[in-house]
Amino acid sequence: MRLFKLLWVFLRVGALGEMSYRANFLAHLVESALELGTALAGLAIVFSHTESLGGWKPDELVALVGVYFLVGGIIGLVIQPSMEQLSEAVHDGTLDFVLTKPEDGQLLVSIWRLELWKLADVGLGIAILAVSLARLGERVGLREAAAFGAVLLAGGLIIYSFWLILATTAFWLVRVENILMIFQSVYAAGRWPVSIYPGWLRFALTFLIPVAFAITFPAQALAGRLSGRTLAGAGAFALILFAAARAFWRIGVRRYSGASS
Amino acid sequence: MRKRPDEPARPLPAPRSGRLADLYVQELKTSLAAMFQYRAALGIYLIGNILEPIIYLVVWTTVAASSGGSVGGFAAPDFAAYYIALMLVNQATATWVMYEFDYRIRQGSFSAALLRPVHPIHTDIADNLASKAVSLPLMLAAAGGMAVLFHPAFHAPLWAIALFVPSLVLAYFVRFLLDWTVALAAFWTTRVSAINQIHFMAVLFFSGQIAPLALLPAPLRVAATILPFRWSVGYPVELVLGRLTPAQALAGLAWQVGWLAAGAIILRFAWRASLKNYSAVGG
Repeated sequence: MRLFKLLWVFLRVGALGEMSYRANFLAHLVESALELGTALAGLAIVFSHTESLGGWKPDELVALVGVYFLVGGIIGLVIQPSMEQLSEAVHDGTLDFVLTKPEDGQLLVSIWRLELWKLADVGLGIAILAVSLARLGERVGLREAAAFGAVLLAGGLIIYSFWLILATTAFWLVRVENILMIFQSVYAAGRWPVSIYPGWLRFALTFLIPVAFAITFPAQALAGRLSGRTLAGAGAFALILFAAARAFWRIGVRRYSGASS
Repeated sequence: MRKRPDEPARPLPAPRSGRLADLYVQELKTSLAAMFQYRAALGIYLIGNILEPIIYLVVWTTVAASSGGSVGGFAAPDFAAYYIALMLVNQATATWVMYEFDYRIRQGSFSAALLRPVHPIHTDIADNLASKAVSLPLMLAAAGGMAVLFHPAFHAPLWAIALFVPSLVLAYFVRFLLDWTVALAAFWTTRVSAINQIHFMAVLFFSGQIAPLALLPAPLRVAATILPFRWSVGYPVELVLGRLTPAQALAGLAWQVGWLAAGAIILRFAWRASLKNYSAVGG
């Protein structure tokens, strides 16, 4: 598939750049490990006072932390840097170079900048997921695993579409960096299951800044508590949002005039 | 090539207090003007500061609900009051000098600040106070909103509320001195973000943000009493919620004064050592 071929090219170029700063990768790994330690220590304090948090058992919340790091890592690896570069490129006119390439513009701007050291978060997330899977044991069967994969994919698509819509507003607005920063602040709320939040916050985290689909729902699938209806809803929402993001991108590009560059 | 700025290395040349006050008035004016220009960015930056206490408030309310209504002497309205007060105190004492320092040292723009005949910490304090003034309306609105949504229960005696004011001022300066000292690490290494991360972790656990300190396991609670973080955030919160006896409250003030003195001494030595280590070309 062209997506993976292109992604591979960008990965190789990114790796070449990053190789010059190898100690940097180590420093970032330390930071990610510290962040993970904070998350797990926080869970330990909470569970020293209770058996379950809003129906979630400790192992299930560890799985949720794993998903949080995995998804956060992917966002930081490709989605966020690419989208930030997109909003910059709209401003300084360098988007021209993308639009003139014989490849889908949306595809290119979605993967054109990678923060490779975020792979540390992806790796830590997968490791934590593996540990929690081992502890959940037989409760995770083929059905749960399939639901997990499906809803994670849908959640990832939703997050991507959401970011693309935000970044595309750069065609109309002058400063979108700040709008993009909102996501960072709100993403931290995803470290806990959205079901514990009061209604207004749960709504916001599900539909306004959709972190629930990418973090809570996959962890719920692993715990075997994701209903078929939620899964179908997530899939439908993902497709609708993706189509909307694509349409929005097209409108934005039509409006774009980088004649000066 | 090493340039040693001898003149400003003498810490706190102590201009007559009137002149220092003038300096603060001027710095506050310019900082206020600048902050006001970036008020939208400041507001967005505050979203995280508002959301984080709400998250922990919800987590602990959920825990309380599942353990028969209260945990460690905190029921849901107590947690609400705790986290509303924590949000305000944390915002009042927060600094971001660690980011500033990283930038200043790397860009070399600190050289100019070093040539001025006053200690650069005064500019930073004024700048910090200006941002607090601009963000105060939003924080109060957030506190009001949280009060409507989460129904807090405040029941502090009057003497505790009276003591809260000095404790908040002391907390502000304890935290500022500490953060400024930690930020000096930028003089020694370009990788300050790992240091900042450890610092944030310590603040999160030991200042009472992740949970009221009374809910921490005993060893962490002891550590929190010795470390400065409780004295820069958690203690004023406990005080204004009426959770301390008069004896505990006075002991807390003594700890704050102690840490303020210790912080000033540590800062003085760290500052001298850091300046000796500083080198800039041009700038």
